[in-house]
Amino acid sequence: MASHSESIIREPLITGNNITYGQITDDILRPVENMPSKAWWIGFTVASLGALLWVVSISYTFWYGIGSWGLNKTVGWAWDITGFVWWVGIGHAGTLISAVLLLFRQNWRNSINRSAEAMTIFAVICAATYIGAHMGRPWMALYSLPLPNQYGSLWVNFNSPLIWDVFAISTYFSVSLVFWYTGLLPDMASIRDRATGLRRRIYSVASFGWTGSVKTWQRFETVSLILAGLSTPLVLSVHTIVSMDFATSLEPGWHTTIFPPYFVAGAIFSGFAMVQTLLLVTRKVLGLENYITMFHIESMNKIILVTGSVVGVAYITEFFIAYYSGGEYEQYTFLNRFIGPYWWAACMMYGCNVLMTQMMWSKKVRTNIPISWVLSIIVNIGMWFERFVIIVTSLHRDYIPSSWAMFYPTWVDVGVFVGSIGIFFTMFLLFIRVMPSVAIAEVKLLLKSASEQAKKKQIAEGHLDPAHVEFYKDNLIKFDSIDHSEYEKA
Amino acid sequence: MSSTKYILGIFDDPDDLMHGIDKLQKNSVPIYDVYTPMPIHGIDAKLGIKDSRLGYAAFMFGCMGGTTIFTLVYYFLVHDWPMDIGGKNFFAIPDFIPVTFEWTVLFASYGMAFTFFFATHLFPGRAPRVMDLRATNDKFVIAIDAKGNIPHEDINTILKEAGASEVKHNDRKYVSYE
Repeated sequence: MASHSESIIREPLITGNNITYGQITDDILRPVENMPSKAWWIGFTVASLGALLWVVSISYTFWYGIGSWGLNKTVGWAWDITGFVWWVGIGHAGTLISAVLLLFRQNWRNSINRSAEAMTIFAVICAATYIGAHMGRPWMALYSLPLPNQYGSLWVNFNSPLIWDVFAISTYFSVSLVFWYTGLLPDMASIRDRATGLRRRIYSVASFGWTGSVKTWQRFETVSLILAGLSTPLVLSVHTIVSMDFATSLEPGWHTTIFPPYFVAGAIFSGFAMVQTLLLVTRKVLGLENYITMFHIESMNKIILVTGSVVGVAYITEFFIAYYSGGEYEQYTFLNRFIGPYWWAACMMYGCNVLMTQMMWSKKVRTNIPISWVLSIIVNIGMWFERFVIIVTSLHRDYIPSSWAMFYPTWVDVGVFVGSIGIFFTMFLLFIRVMPSVAIAEVKLLLKSASEQAKKKQIAEGHLDPAHVEFYKDNLIKFDSIDHSEYEKA
Repeated sequence: MSSTKYILGIFDDPDDLMHGIDKLQKNSVPIYDVYTPMPIHGIDAKLGIKDSRLGYAAFMFGCMGGTTIFTLVYYFLVHDWPMDIGGKNFFAIPDFIPVTFEWTVLFASYGMAFTFFFATHLFPGRAPRVMDLRATNDKFVIAIDAKGNIPHEDINTILKEAGASEVKHNDRKYVSYE
């Protein structure tokens, strides 16, 4: 029930004084109900230009064919699959936050799940564009589906991880979409009931006639919980299957049984980094400091640290197994990462993902917003290089030295990748303009139990262990959205 | 006879709302429905709303999805066009597991979500049947059918005593149709 008070030693999830339910709605809907700020327009212009670059590069690819990319017969898969895996990985954090943290009853997810889920959907869209694009003739995408055809119904090969991937990615996108949209219904209704005219009509259609009656809420919570339960194994399966695209081949550097857990950890790692990149900016620009607090930032940094370390262990395991296997091709592949011509890519991969994230053991780093932001970008870069190293560095020198080659991207490769980032940000910026970027109803649930003002009331009432209160106050020091002078007096 | 159709007790605080529900029930005033901006646990039990059976729906849809794709793959790869891959068994069950899993999840999610939309009458374009526009913002509303529940003044007093910040007598059932 709403009035249950939470233990004082837990850090507050909503800060600020005199926050009411109405205030929460006002604060979160401000970007939706008002004209966009200058910062939004600048971001949107830059992102749209990026999206335009994507349109140009993809059109060029479709017009002239895949030959316009830098692929050759040795490195037949490069920036396309790198970009694909990178985007799918980024998508994973949204599901992790909305589903896994829901199952673990982590209340801090409430204020970040909405934008993280949106990010999932946009990232999977970006990933899906690569699937279409790398076919060169996008209408051929139809043949990845098991449809009767003119070859006397030669069906797609369900023994192949690539077909599993078609099913995994499409299911993942569809389930994320329904999870996200169901969660949006009550908040869309909040916009609807405050709007007038055409706006009201639009949000009325979009909110499916939501009223907030007891029965709908009860069913809604059941649906959220079961969808979370279904999404959790789903998200693990998706990156497992992506990793099998590589692991089931005989290519040294790919043919590794550790790939599924290694890829899943890497996906969570890069996804949380992207959530951090977006939210640190969103929180500032939209003025959501009271809802996305330092506790949220630090928690996400801790997850980045844990998953980054898991990834680090996986890297070490790969090297050990290469050595221990005694297979000379396997050993050469891993040696080649450092002594071969792509040594700089490996340095980026290991440096950004393992060395840099280890800085997060320090609380000062975890609670420093500019440093966290820079680190999150470093992780994004490192994870792109991880996929590049796995894919290109493994392919460019495998069994036959006479077919060794280098991969040089063309402007089209670069354009498709940079452009996909533009597409992603364009969609994200449009999202924060037209939909509530924080789950309003879920944040309201926290107001009476986990907010700073509720804790203050608890302290004022007494009956608490003074040591616990001291511990709580010490924890507040890191918060940037709290007026610390109030606590010094007490 | 008054033209009041619904009496709304509007609360600022979910705890007061719970108190209001208790008081009304103690006085044998039947509650039509309660509208809140967020899920409040415990109201469903008080109003006698049974636990959701959507979990069973999800399970059944999941079984349907898994069976569908497994049967299809069996038909494609074992019956219709068996492929000889190094003499291995055509009926390669482990290879069929990933797609079977995906469609189990897909059918369970969509089946359950659409059952939820169907059963609670949610669909794009449905006219929102809202009794007070603030119920999706910061007010917690108890709606009481005015017909048969008289005298209205007594209900007013009960709601006020329970801590309602406002009591409204609506002449129309839904305000959002305007």
